[in-house]
Amino acid sequence: MADQAQFAELAMEHMGSLYTAALRMTRNPADAEDLVQETYLKAYRAFGTFQAGTNLKAWLYKILTNTFINSYRSRKRRPEQTELDDVEDLYLYRRLGGLEAAAAGRSAEEEVLEHFTESDVKRAIEALPEQFRMAVLLADVEGFSYKEIAEILDVPIGTVMSRLHRGRKALQKALFDFGMERGLVAAPVTESQGSS
Amino acid sequence: MEAGGAGDGGETSEEDLAIWLGGYDCQQAMQTLYHFLDGELTEDRRKVIQRHLEECGPCLEAFDFEAELKVVIARKCHDEVPDHLRQRVLRALTDAHNDPTSDGMSLT
Repeated sequence: MADQAQFAELAMEHMGSLYTAALRMTRNPADAEDLVQETYLKAYRAFGTFQAGTNLKAWLYKILTNTFINSYRSRKRRPEQTELDDVEDLYLYRRLGGLEAAAAGRSAEEEVLEHFTESDVKRAIEALPEQFRMAVLLADVEGFSYKEIAEILDVPIGTVMSRLHRGRKALQKALFDFGMERGLVAAPVTESQGSS
Repeated sequence: MEAGGAGDGGETSEEDLAIWLGGYDCQQAMQTLYHFLDGELTEDRRKVIQRHLEECGPCLEAFDFEAELKVVIARKCHDEVPDHLRQRVLRALTDAHNDPTSDGMSLT
């Protein structure tokens, strides 16, 4: 049985990651701050139901996600987009010349990753439709397991895996597009191979 | 990934597909890539993939790239909590503690 008096002490340390997630979800600092505050208040009130010894961060995320879905999303009346273009596997790697570089024993494509800025990564995540965005955030940014993500989002594990798979491919495409925009990456190698 | 895509995919040459999908082991490895990187494979399955990666340069390169991308995404997606937000939440929690009936959401 968790004690409300301990709440702040235990929960405040997770604010950084909750705020990051809130920003990616709402895409707006003012809404993100409101969402974080509302999450902490709800969690404080419900803390008696939190089972000590279980994952507090996952529990806070579940409240954050529910709060977002129930109030912020509907408030914006943003329809839930569930469609994503079909993107091939290893989208980014293939376009950075993965196979050629691998054959030549180079790993230039990994160096390109270093040149993506925080803003590129954040924009690419925010460009994902909501359900894919949440799955990618929870797995890649926060490192939750599939099972934890399934519990946080209240969907079956199979759904988590398919959202992650498609979300990651779309994220790679967005990163590649930003890279092209900024001249970070050249025209796709696989395409030039075909035309030579 | 579809083996049937060879020749009609446009962007992916058949040579690529021969490497990616040529061997059953490569195909298995690619199908489990994210489960592997996410730490979601059983120990036995993990060992099978690990053994394949020790023998297969192209698969290892692809795994390394995806692993690095995962690290870059995690590292480049953080935001500092503004001090005023931290203060605001602490104040709201104190208010909720002092007055359990308040909704604590008097946002300014």
